[in-house]
Amino acid sequence: MDKMPRWADVFLIPLISLLLAAGLSALVILAIGENPWAAVKMMVSGALGSTYGWGYTLYYTTNFIFTGLAVAVAYHARLFNIGGEGQAMLGGLGVALACLYLPLPHWLLALPVAAIGAALFGAAWALIPAYLQAKRGSHIVITTIMFNFIAAGLLNYLLVNLLRPVGSMDPATDKFPEGTHLPTLHDLLAPIGIEFSKAAPANVTFVVALLACLAVWLLLWRTRLGYEIRAFGHSEPAAVYAGINPVKITMIAMLISGGLAGLMAVNNVMGEAERLVLNAVEGAGFIGIAVALMGRNHPFGVLIAALLFGFLYQGGAELALWTSIPRELIVVIQALVILFTGALDHMVRMPLERIFLSLRKGA
Amino acid sequence: MTMMHKFFGAAAALALTAGAAAAEPALIYDLGGKFDKSFNEAAHTGAQKWAEETGETYREIELQSEAQREQALRRFAEAGANPIVMAGFAFGSALDEVADDYPDTKFAIIDMVTDKPNVRSVVFNEHEGSYLVGMLAAMKSESGTVGFVGGMDIPLIRKFACGYVQGAKAANPDATVIQNMTGTTPAAWGDPVKGAELTKAQISQGADVVYHAAGGTGVGVLQAAADEGILGIGVDSNQNYMHPGKVLTSMLKRVDNAVYEAFSAGTDLETGIQVMGIANGGIGYAIDENNEALITAEMKAAVDEAAAKIASGELVVHDYMADSTCPVE
Repeated sequence: MDKMPRWADVFLIPLISLLLAAGLSALVILAIGENPWAAVKMMVSGALGSTYGWGYTLYYTTNFIFTGLAVAVAYHARLFNIGGEGQAMLGGLGVALACLYLPLPHWLLALPVAAIGAALFGAAWALIPAYLQAKRGSHIVITTIMFNFIAAGLLNYLLVNLLRPVGSMDPATDKFPEGTHLPTLHDLLAPIGIEFSKAAPANVTFVVALLACLAVWLLLWRTRLGYEIRAFGHSEPAAVYAGINPVKITMIAMLISGGLAGLMAVNNVMGEAERLVLNAVEGAGFIGIAVALMGRNHPFGVLIAALLFGFLYQGGAELALWTSIPRELIVVIQALVILFTGALDHMVRMPLERIFLSLRKGA
Repeated sequence: MTMMHKFFGAAAALALTAGAAAAEPALIYDLGGKFDKSFNEAAHTGAQKWAEETGETYREIELQSEAQREQALRRFAEAGANPIVMAGFAFGSALDEVADDYPDTKFAIIDMVTDKPNVRSVVFNEHEGSYLVGMLAAMKSESGTVGFVGGMDIPLIRKFACGYVQGAKAANPDATVIQNMTGTTPAAWGDPVKGAELTKAQISQGADVVYHAAGGTGVGVLQAAADEGILGIGVDSNQNYMHPGKVLTSMLKRVDNAVYEAFSAGTDLETGIQVMGIANGGIGYAIDENNEALITAEMKAAVDEAAAKIASGELVVHDYMADSTCPVE
């Protein structure tokens, strides 16, 4: 029998963790002589108080949904993929090559083609660590994180030496052609009469991200493959006994995971920058780990957690713009949330479990 | 722009300008952060100098992500900041998108050319300054081998390296120049430990003067040079003071002057391309009480002669950016 009801596990623990993180952040802000209440108000109104704020929040959210899903899928096979950063970087390369070198006249065509490119490149980058894990037992945590650095080196080489337009100072590709520009939420919502901020970078990829959530849910809980992945994750010997091929599952789970991480590039490379820059991913691959942890590796949990982190990013940007709170402190606030929701999960869980147990005994 | 959006900008502008009636200038630092002892800090120094002299205030932001480039530009422009100065070439494409939407706002971008009617593009001839310190390095070197430690391997840093090699070869055609880049990620700008390791590796190969163009990583380069009893060369700001007598000179890139001038000009900022080179004092090398004993009259005369020739156009230092190649290795 469960120690506590499911709603407490899914909602109450993250909520209490968040409140603790917020409380501690408030103390930190107070300590540097700023008003925490004003800071909270600025974050909320800046991130959620206008379509402009929403536009940025949803843009970050889209990134985190993809990397969060990537971690979640691998996690169900008990594989800890911390290479989302490198896989998303390579995904960006796939998007850039598709957009620059394939004739794509319209975004309706460009979107699926670039998405396939992104997923393929991202999956390819997860392939070698997956093979090494499946066949050689090299630990996936070590190999995926090393592949992040290899990805950075490879991308740097390509951008500086091959893809950079001659004479350009910036290690980045040329702008993608007009036909590959994705419609922003402004373009999508204008025909149905909703005014959405033009300046914000949120784009049609957000819809793709929502579909990806649904697809991952269907995959994990409604297909045979998903069942195999979860069974393998729960117990490898049992899975093998049941006739599940561990090599195959390891490879497939990692390829799906890498492909999802790669898909993030459709949002940031194609949707926002419209060219490939060197640090396009900017840590979203690592944030994905926190998002997956907080979302309990469930696609809809990932969605909610990604929204929270999108809010923290955009709210943090507003703080940096209008207050003298230094950006290092904004990172501290974001880190506190990760710390409490991810690493310090048990700190909240243990006492809560005890409370629920004693309540049950009393009843 | 939506109503909400307008209201938001206006409200923010109101809150900001409550204290100061005139338009405040704004400064946007690149991802390296305000206190990097190098490029961004030089921009900050210029802004501070302006603030102290005029008693006025300015807005500033240290970016955290790429998507914030355009965001910060738009928010400052909507809040009425004018002029808005950006420290770093990476703002180029964001500014390209934004500049037309705010025709009444003046922008200044450092290290990049953006061709818009309301933008001043400030570019520096780093290759000229690197040429001068390259000459000094080769003349000072006893082993005939000098070193270069770059930060992240990007075209801008290759431009530094190429100028440096040309200068060293001009002073001593037989000179050997060892070149290393610290890394391929932005972390290469802030890795003093690796900078020190690279320097020691270069020393073991015979280098006795090492020049860095590596931001915060350079702190380790200069430290290792001082520890091992050879000479370092600083970059961007005057870094001679960091190890008196152990830093041969510093290649000066007056980012502070560029920011100061832009802030001083205010809304009357002249737009167009402004090339800061040896000719107009935007680039140079540093001599002060910390290093004057290291530089002989002979060396100074040779470098000053080259500087005069570069200023007059008689001597042209090849610019790596022009064709992405360097004529000498």
